Amino acid sequence: MTLMTRKGIADLRSREEIRAERRKGRTGVYLIAPGMLVLALFFALPVLVLLAMSLYVKPEGAEIGEFVPGFEIGNYATVLAAYWPELLRSFGFALIATVLALLIGFPMAYLVAVRLREKSLLQGILLVLLIAPFFSSFILRTQAWKQILADEGFIAQTLKFLAILPADGHLTATPIAVVAGLTYNFLPFMVLPIYANLGRLDTRLLEASGDLYASPMTSFFKVTLPMSAPGVFAGTLLTFIPAAGDYVNAALLGNNRNTTMIGQVIDSRFFKVIDYPGASALSFVLMVSILILVTIYIRRFGTEELM
Amino acid sequence: MSHSQRRLPQDPQIRALVQAMSQRSYSRRSVLSVAGALGLTGLLAACGTGGSSTQAAPSIKDISETDPTVNWANWTLYLDYDDEKKTYPTLDAFTKKTGIAVNYREDIDGNDTYYGKVQGQLRAGQDIGQDIVTLTDWMAGRIIRQGYVQELDLANIPNSANLLPSLKEVDFDPGRKHSLTWQSGYAGIAWNKKAFPKGLKSVEDLWDPKLKGRVTVLDEMRDTIGLLMMQNGVDIAGQWGESEFGAATDVLRENIDNGQIRQVKGNSYKEDFVSGDAIAGIVWSGDIVQMNFENDDQWEFVLPEAGGTLWSDNLMVPVASPRKANAEKLMDFYYDPAVAAEVAAYVNYICPVVGAKEEMEKIDPELVSNPLIFPTDADLAKAHVFRSLEADEETTLNSEFQSAIGA
Repeated sequence: MTLMTRKGIADLRSREEIRAERRKGRTGVYLIAPGMLVLALFFALPVLVLLAMSLYVKPEGAEIGEFVPGFEIGNYATVLAAYWPELLRSFGFALIATVLALLIGFPMAYLVAVRLREKSLLQGILLVLLIAPFFSSFILRTQAWKQILADEGFIAQTLKFLAILPADGHLTATPIAVVAGLTYNFLPFMVLPIYANLGRLDTRLLEASGDLYASPMTSFFKVTLPMSAPGVFAGTLLTFIPAAGDYVNAALLGNNRNTTMIGQVIDSRFFKVIDYPGASALSFVLMVSILILVTIYIRRFGTEELM
Repeated sequence: MSHSQRRLPQDPQIRALVQAMSQRSYSRRSVLSVAGALGLTGLLAACGTGGSSTQAAPSIKDISETDPTVNWANWTLYLDYDDEKKTYPTLDAFTKKTGIAVNYREDIDGNDTYYGKVQGQLRAGQDIGQDIVTLTDWMAGRIIRQGYVQELDLANIPNSANLLPSLKEVDFDPGRKHSLTWQSGYAGIAWNKKAFPKGLKSVEDLWDPKLKGRVTVLDEMRDTIGLLMMQNGVDIAGQWGESEFGAATDVLRENIDNGQIRQVKGNSYKEDFVSGDAIAGIVWSGDIVQMNFENDDQWEFVLPEAGGTLWSDNLMVPVASPRKANAEKLMDFYYDPAVAAEVAAYVNYICPVVGAKEEMEKIDPELVSNPLIFPTDADLAKAHVFRSLEADEETTLNSEFQSAIGA
């Protein structure tokens, strides 16, 4: 029956049309194949290896780094029991950094994209300044922050003088320094998507909203913010996901028991303790947790444009 | 040259592939199966299984004769360097003397991280691109036990007779067949003389309330825990157990938690001393000498009253290096007392070569009396070597230490 119908429809079209359609379909497959192959080779396969590795077991009397294939679910229980605080802390730090980056980044993006729309030279200069941090190494910039926040540095000394920081207090090796580092390093990832989005904002809508007696505040919350939601959404994801797994900031600006993030733990399990299954299990837990959090976030706030 | 006589690559996996491809009647299937096997072994190697499952050392053909180069992986600031010419004078002298060019790399930042980087290749019997690696006693012990290094031919290194008698018998390399000492040093305590004029005598003094938050300790387990254990009256070279180790870890944990210790770091602790974030800590002897030289003599180093640790870094030839003969020539060169003295005058660590002291007279007589380069008997009596650990024990203790330092 179905076959009949299909054939019936096919009969209605010329052979040329069918051939063109097939070619189109095939071109699509060809175009998508390299990407899929790369994904399969460099993402799917490694993830499978990681998953397998996380279940490996250490044989009796094993040499360091010697593990055999197994199915030890207990690896997950062990690392979760030992490292749940670091996991929670990573998400906590990432969340605070994302909110801070949004609060700092949104006005920046708004200024450049909307307020300076008529002044293209100034807009261009500010845009370059926004991207400028990418021109120098991430590690180098974080290292520089360590010097800036050092005990004998200007900031710590000033804060102590103003009695904001106690006389024996310090900034480096504290959660404040780590969160500040995360915020600073991921700020451009927040600003750029919002900028791209606000660049398309139709200011006539704001005029209309004003004409309808909306206060600037109301206009912002009813017009600007909803219209820029896809940018905010992309920015928060681009900030939160790498920040949760980051370990450079935690290692350079923190490196203390109360700043340890999960990335550092994975690094030390892998390279120092040589516990490959433990490190793999933690990596997998991190990946799955991020996936779950992001899914919830998308379900709750996801916008049509991104789906 | 006939096709079958072509020199095969040394890498065992690539060799298998080339052999399969050069078989006269190779089919697509045979090549594919080798490629598949390659992919699979690559996958397994990435998994990091096996450890003691050392394959019989692959028959590596020494190409030293035809390829006059040697690749050497070492730690930073560990070889005499001419700042103006941007060259290493003793390396140049070696090249001039032997015609062997040296690719010197400051590749090693930590024993663990370096091991993590290369162990997969070493296990697969592959050339890691280095003909000499420089690793600390306990790590040297691990890779010798795992069969990841080649036996040295001491006949090619006549100067090896100059090795300090105290270093000739070591438990990690019985008979000294696989390694030669590069430099030795202490882990002890140091402080900033201006910020803390009172100074330190023992590890206990680091817990002075005036130093709160300004103390840094090393992330090298054997040094930091070793010093803490000695403070507790334990002989670190003797047969101590997990409870003695645990007691020292507790002291460490407590002082990190209460904020006394601000940072636990590897080589980078030096930056904190220079920036002023750290004013006292557990450190390596040679670093303090170099930092003092560059920063107007701000710090002082001592071995704690209860004792410090003594460690050495050792030169070894990795398992698949095809330039062992060149590597041995280089080792021989650096065991010449005159050359050793030249290096010691720069790196300021304990020189392992007999006769270097006499040669030092000609370079810088002041350094002859420097106990950090030519140690006094009193110092050596205070310096101890952390005993070797069993594989299982090492994993447990390391895990405990890592969790105490919050990593």
